[in-house]
Amino acid sequence: MSAYTDQDPRLHGIKTQIRVVPNFPKSGIMFQDITTLLLDPKAFKDTIDLFVERYKGKNISVVAGIEARGFIFGPPIALAIGAKFVPLRKPKKLPGKVISQEYILEYGRDCLEMHVGAVEAGERAIVVDDLIATGGTLGAAMDLLERVGAEVVECACVIELPELKGRERLNGKPLYVLVEYFDI
Amino acid sequence: MASKDSKDQDPRIAKISSAIRIIPDFPKPGIMFQDITTLLLDTKAFKDTIDLFVERYRDQNISVVAGVEARGFIFGPPIALAIGAKFVPMRKPKKLPGEVISEEYSLEYGTDKIEMHVGAVQPGERALVIDDLIATGGTLCAAIKLLERVGVNVVECACVIELPELKGREKLGGKSLFILVEGEGA
Repeated sequence: MSAYTDQDPRLHGIKTQIRVVPNFPKSGIMFQDITTLLLDPKAFKDTIDLFVERYKGKNISVVAGIEARGFIFGPPIALAIGAKFVPLRKPKKLPGKVISQEYILEYGRDCLEMHVGAVEAGERAIVVDDLIATGGTLGAAMDLLERVGAEVVECACVIELPELKGRERLNGKPLYVLVEYFDI
Repeated sequence: MASKDSKDQDPRIAKISSAIRIIPDFPKPGIMFQDITTLLLDTKAFKDTIDLFVERYRDQNISVVAGVEARGFIFGPPIALAIGAKFVPMRKPKKLPGEVISEEYSLEYGTDKIEMHVGAVQPGERALVIDDLIATGGTLCAAIKLLERVGVNVVECACVIELPELKGREKLGGKSLFILVEGEGA
């Protein structure tokens, strides 16, 4: 589901503040830069508000955010809905005992980690990142949470690249995004 | 862990301090790592942490909150949102997609660099620099320099934790430092 199709009036301001940087990190990629959104206090606040309005009062006790841009959007949402914030990180960053989930990249593999004990079985969680592309990272994040018995209620991203079909790789879990970008 | 100033101690600080977990010998033997992830699991203590910074800065005409990757990204944005400032991420090399300026700084062995997007801040803006912890002060010093190079007035550095034995406070080019709790160094 995309908030954009519902046309909340705040979405236009959010979409126009996202900067597209061509050929980063490599040729052919149109990189969606959210740092310009963060420079507009109203648009940044509206972004957070849209997620908070959706998730407040839904008994969500965990907001998991994917390093590093998920760390920008996840904590304000967590604070506003009264949930804990759980950082999901690249290997060897978290200092305590962790569980790891490997996932496939275009070339090769990567790994995401979560602290043991951060999340309890039965907790209701959302996973937050700035953007969903192929869905590999979000899929690994969901796996981590489900392995410890949490219920992933939804994945939430500011931006979706629908042509990469990441939505289909979320094991049937719903995805909520604010804006879509089509590389036409 | 000791709290900063017992006589002034805001009642919220004790709980914040006790929510921080110490992990011995991470990332290497002898280091007592200050783990703030346990603070983030305590919804009241995390909110209190942010509130303490917001209360200090909300009427100071601050238009920029710069946060150092990656744990500065956790504390900076909620503060920025609450005081109506922009959030400017300061990142390791090659992460920011647009044109950047860089500042190199010394590590115990070798050097590292942090970067900021060109155009993120304007001359004359008043800024805070946020990170979870100040140790030797190298990273914060580099962040201050980056902002000052483009004409920004760095009003203060703000961290949750200070390791006073490492004297990072002295490396901030005379800028003031505000912290909530003190921890023991290596």
